[in-house]
Amino acid sequence: MKMELFKLILIIVLAVIMLASAVYAVVSKKTVSAVLATGVISLLASVIFLMLASPDVAMTEAAIGAGLTTFLFFIIIRKIEKQDDAK
Amino acid sequence: MRNSFLIILIAAFAWFMYDIFSEYQTQEQLNKTAAYYNSNEPSEAGAANVVTAIVVTYRGLDTLGEVTVLFLATLIIGFILKNKAEKIIDSKYKTSEILETGAKVLVPGSLILGVYIFINGHLTPGGGFQGGAVIGSAIVLLLLADPNKIVSHKLMNFIESTSGFFYVVIGILGLIIAGGFLDNRIFPLGKLGSLISAGAIPLIYSFIGLKVGAEISGIVNNINETELTDKL
Repeated sequence: MKMELFKLILIIVLAVIMLASAVYAVVSKKTVSAVLATGVISLLASVIFLMLASPDVAMTEAAIGAGLTTFLFFIIIRKIEKQDDAK
Repeated sequence: MRNSFLIILIAAFAWFMYDIFSEYQTQEQLNKTAAYYNSNEPSEAGAANVVTAIVVTYRGLDTLGEVTVLFLATLIIGFILKNKAEKIIDSKYKTSEILETGAKVLVPGSLILGVYIFINGHLTPGGGFQGGAVIGSAIVLLLLADPNKIVSHKLMNFIESTSGFFYVVIGILGLIIAGGFLDNRIFPLGKLGSLISAGAIPLIYSFIGLKVGAEISGIVNNINETELTDKL
């Protein structure tokens, strides 16, 4: 029972951090920090999935949400910066 | 005006979600379908990971559809983005030392991890899609560290199309030898929990993993090679 309560508190804390980083991603003026904040959302979501006993979904979320999308955003940000430099 | 519209939209969404979750009750038992899968899967499909057995065997046709959707997405991205025959080498561009060294350390490990995940898809959590995504992330990291790196389109296309072809061939073999399309019992089921077990599941998941990895790498490679123009 104690373990269950601990899990519940941890999930609530993670959810609050996720919400905070979602708001930060919208409000932030820096694109790079906003992209990192969205990566944090996916990473914490995968932790929550793991705690809810679905490791398969957690792996997908971590690989695609936190890894692939964040990296892809950085590649595209660099491309846009390069284009702006060329002008 | 625009803000108030957004607030109304968010409130409506919150009400909608509340409506769904207010009636939510934790189930004490597995429902009928889940209980069937849970009790009959070891003897029918022989995979230690029940999720994999459901994804690859019981719902195999849906997985084929998913792979097809991903293939179409790759195709359309390749069609829209400009694909130059020659790559412009931008020698001016330097990434940081930390990123380059980190990529050198992490890329081989990530590739091996991806292969491990899809080969062990029937034993441990994960499988073709997860392993493929990990391989894709490794390629993205490689291109992030060195944008001038050339990842062969031909090789990616070859891996992608051959694994897709053999995936369907195994499905048709199941139709001929075993009980139906994508039936995994074309090979003996083997001992539950060993690496070579669960019939065709490891083979199918390896093909899916290679296909997904090649597709994601192809998308990233296309994006990396495209020069942004005003038209795009």
